[in-house]
Amino acid sequence: MTDATTPSAPGITPVSGKGSLLVQDARTRKRNAAEARFKAYGIAAITVGMLMLLILVFNILTRGVGAFQQTFVTLEVQLLEEKLDKKGNRNIEDLKKVSTFGYAPLLRGAFETEIARMGIETDLKPKAMAGLLSAGAPAQLRNLVLSDPDVIGTVQQFEFLASSRVDGYLKGRVSRDSIANDKNISAEQLDLVDHLVTAGAIKKRFNLDFITGADSSDARPEAAGMGVSMLGSFFMMLVVLVLALPIGVAASIYLEEFAPKNWLTDIIEVNISNLAAVPSIVFGILGLAVFINYMHLPTSAPLVGGLVLTLMTLPTIIISTRASLKAVPPSIRDAALGVGASKMQSVFHHVLPLAAPGILTGTIIGLAQALGETAPLLLIGMVGFIASNPPDSIASGLLDPNSAMPAQIYEWAKRADPAFYERAWGGIIILLLFLITMNTIAVILRRRFERRW
Amino acid sequence: MSFVKLTTSALAIAALSASAAAARDQVQVAGSSTVLPYASIVAEAFGENFDFPTPVVESGGSSAGLKRFCEGVGENTIDVANASRKIKESEVAVCAENGVTEIIEVRIGYDGIVFASDIAGNTFEFTPTDWFLALSDTVLVDGEMVANPHTTWDQVNAAFPNQPIQAFVPGTKHGTREVFEDKVILAGCEATGAFDVLKEANGDDKKAAEKACIALRTDGKSVDIDGDYTETLARIESNKDGIGVFGLAFYENNTDKLQVATMGGVVPSTESIATGDYPVSRPLFFYIKKAHIGVIPGLKDYAEFFVADEIAGPDGPLSEYGLVADPKLEETQSAVADEAVLGGNS
Repeated sequence: MTDATTPSAPGITPVSGKGSLLVQDARTRKRNAAEARFKAYGIAAITVGMLMLLILVFNILTRGVGAFQQTFVTLEVQLLEEKLDKKGNRNIEDLKKVSTFGYAPLLRGAFETEIARMGIETDLKPKAMAGLLSAGAPAQLRNLVLSDPDVIGTVQQFEFLASSRVDGYLKGRVSRDSIANDKNISAEQLDLVDHLVTAGAIKKRFNLDFITGADSSDARPEAAGMGVSMLGSFFMMLVVLVLALPIGVAASIYLEEFAPKNWLTDIIEVNISNLAAVPSIVFGILGLAVFINYMHLPTSAPLVGGLVLTLMTLPTIIISTRASLKAVPPSIRDAALGVGASKMQSVFHHVLPLAAPGILTGTIIGLAQALGETAPLLLIGMVGFIASNPPDSIASGLLDPNSAMPAQIYEWAKRADPAFYERAWGGIIILLLFLITMNTIAVILRRRFERRW
Repeated sequence: MSFVKLTTSALAIAALSASAAAARDQVQVAGSSTVLPYASIVAEAFGENFDFPTPVVESGGSSAGLKRFCEGVGENTIDVANASRKIKESEVAVCAENGVTEIIEVRIGYDGIVFASDIAGNTFEFTPTDWFLALSDTVLVDGEMVANPHTTWDQVNAAFPNQPIQAFVPGTKHGTREVFEDKVILAGCEATGAFDVLKEANGDDKKAAEKACIALRTDGKSVDIDGDYTETLARIESNKDGIGVFGLAFYENNTDKLQVATMGGVVPSTESIATGDYPVSRPLFFYIKKAHIGVIPGLKDYAEFFVADEIAGPDGPLSEYGLVADPKLEETQSAVADEAVLGGNS
């Protein structure tokens, strides 16, 4: 076929009869130019697309990688008995009565001694020194004391999170100019930070807690992590997988292999396609009305989130499953029926295994879509200060209030402290990694196992 | 088939565990996004210091929170509603209709509303009159109400620079909008004399005159922001002439990008709001269902912890974050301890 179009092929007479084949006439030139132009448009379109992607990825990475590192302050704290255990009997119930506010003076004292030991001169009051630490530092002390009352009276070395402003200073987000009107930190405090960095007491290092930790309140962005909301997303995906896959596959097998072709199945088919195009927020409203207000399932629970996302994912799975069932050639079915298999045997022994890679691919892509969905979660109460209690069992994972990764990112982006903004971008990186992994698995499955006829 | 069995068993497990979950063990809070940061700080500290799990705090706005609060009594409804305004009579009525008769009102402190612009831009010293003249739909010119002719700030007040008027104000679903209308626009309306003219035009109807006063211009000089303060900040960053309305706490966290304007010559700060010198502030509340106390573990402890001196007092973490401590906190504490309900204990 290609030979015939080669102008120099022998034995072919030119149609027009005028001029040589080797010299292009005006029309050919015009057609060739049109083709060249079209190719250029295509390349331009791809370039623009790739450029957008590059800008997006670059932006996400530059803004988000900071969240994976955190500034820590190493400090030796004397756990004074007269503050923590006035009765001196190490009774856990008595120890619990000392709230985190009772631990704050220990930190101030620790800072004062540490700075005197290092020979750093500063006009700062101990309270301002302790302001360099995260507001969660007293809780860290208290948790250690409650888990091991014997440490009372000893000197222990701790690694505390630095406050978000100090962290921002080490990351270059905060400078002496930018804090001119800031009442959360002063230039003297930054001077002290400089001294402590030189002395090696303040260090920036990789922060695993960002990936595994729980959300934190607005007062301590440095402690916030994605872990619990990741679990929320995981349990939602579990619900989606357990419900959407069997229901979707059963529905499509029936529609594709058993159902008679009549106006009723046509209507069902049209409606499934319609359902796939329904905006996700609509499913959220439906979830609120049906699952929470009517069925009285708990609000903010990943179970409800999963049910809502199941509704959203079902059409995607049904459509892709039907497409891959259709792609199995009829000869396979005929052969199975020919050797005496029943209709169901032919479907379950032959057609379904051959269609499985396509079904899995569709399911994974549907799950990835559900994983990144935020809108329906807004309405069923999964946005807010929620992801703070890690679930301790499967039932609590499904039913205790939790957030989800995209909802957590949305929540962080709304908060006032700029440090949360960085964490929102960091969260996007984690979410994107999940999505890329899932989509890669889908592509690999398709490449490795899909049969073509 | 095996997957049919799987599905039914999964559904059965879900249904079973759902009924088991009815015994809720954590406090659930929803409501105002202004109160959300404070409530989450308290919730976090509460979870650290008590054996109860950390309460769950959802946002969504004062009205949405109170609506959910009034849906009824039971573990499937929220225990506490945060609000940046007082509960309305109509909402109390809806509550009562649904069986929520005993409501405990807790005032946690005050919140300042500030006007801020880009840090590199011009500095402003506002009065309510300036804002009325800049943003009102109609202004008083030679004894008559005419459509607002002002396009730059120097037309509003000769002391201001020649900068186009561009304001980002909270949308009508925000509690902040109401305060902005009441304390700034309406005050300016009265100060310029437009209120009296409008009152006369409306046949001495005070309500109608107030309504006419707070109508903002719709020619794009005043933009309603329905999102959060982060959206307002983004608008100002892209339009350096813009001036936005923020909460004090938000401004204090973003002093590197924003400069604050004075109102009536007073710089907004927790101190100037506490003394009452800075005029644009409002109380913040949360509401507790008394019927849930004793049923939901930790509910009363949470409420008492919230208003304790070490939390909501002038040196507590809430005040550090931007809440203006209530000088009458002691009264609130005893009211919470006594579980005093709205309309008096019966």
